[in-house]
Amino acid sequence: MRIKLVDRLFDPLDEIRATEAELAARRSKIGASSFFVGSMRDFNEGDRVQSMFLEHYPGMTESRLEEIADSAKTKWSLDWVLITHRVGQIHPAEPIVLVATWSGHRAQAFDSCRAIMEQLKSTAPFWKKESLNDGTRWVKNNTAGYSVND
Amino acid sequence: MSIKVRFFASLSDMVGESEMELEFAEGLTVLDVWAKTSPDDQLPSGSLFAINHNYSEPEDVLKDGDEIAFFPPLTGG
Repeated sequence: MRIKLVDRLFDPLDEIRATEAELAARRSKIGASSFFVGSMRDFNEGDRVQSMFLEHYPGMTESRLEEIADSAKTKWSLDWVLITHRVGQIHPAEPIVLVATWSGHRAQAFDSCRAIMEQLKSTAPFWKKESLNDGTRWVKNNTAGYSVND
Repeated sequence: MSIKVRFFASLSDMVGESEMELEFAEGLTVLDVWAKTSPDDQLPSGSLFAINHNYSEPEDVLKDGDEIAFFPPLTGG
């Protein structure tokens, strides 16, 4: 499992390729991988968003992400978990977060990837401050989690 | 007792501080610390608390050396 906070632009595909290389020796045992990438939009609540600052709580944010990944590894049979999250200044179209899971079977990979992402949204201490044309504002809430049938 | 108090995001803007080290009497709860550090500001609904990086409840009691953090709802991911 690897948890990373990065303060500059990252390429999710590079992160996945690097992990795939590390998993090469046991790759033939892994039947499924699931990836989620969240990226920054240039609009929110009807306003154009120029950029965003992602604040976090050093120490607690990392430990919370590790707890989320550990919990997923306990619940599902996973070969690897990767979480990469941006902090600091970010611009539209740039990736904010990558969650990736590798497992023997698709249900384990799909379900764990999604659960990790939902837990990250609801329990990992990050806060977004948007820069608009006429000032800045803190984003008040994340969108609610959802179920497959929604 | 000595406590480190931290404020994040909009609560930091509200209080005008991001961090302070303070001496308090024993037995203070999380909400007591907010009242003493931010007497002019009502704690916004939905605010969250963490003691030593673990989520806590408003009535949890602090002890010497603790770090208490106040922050608004989370918006990562």
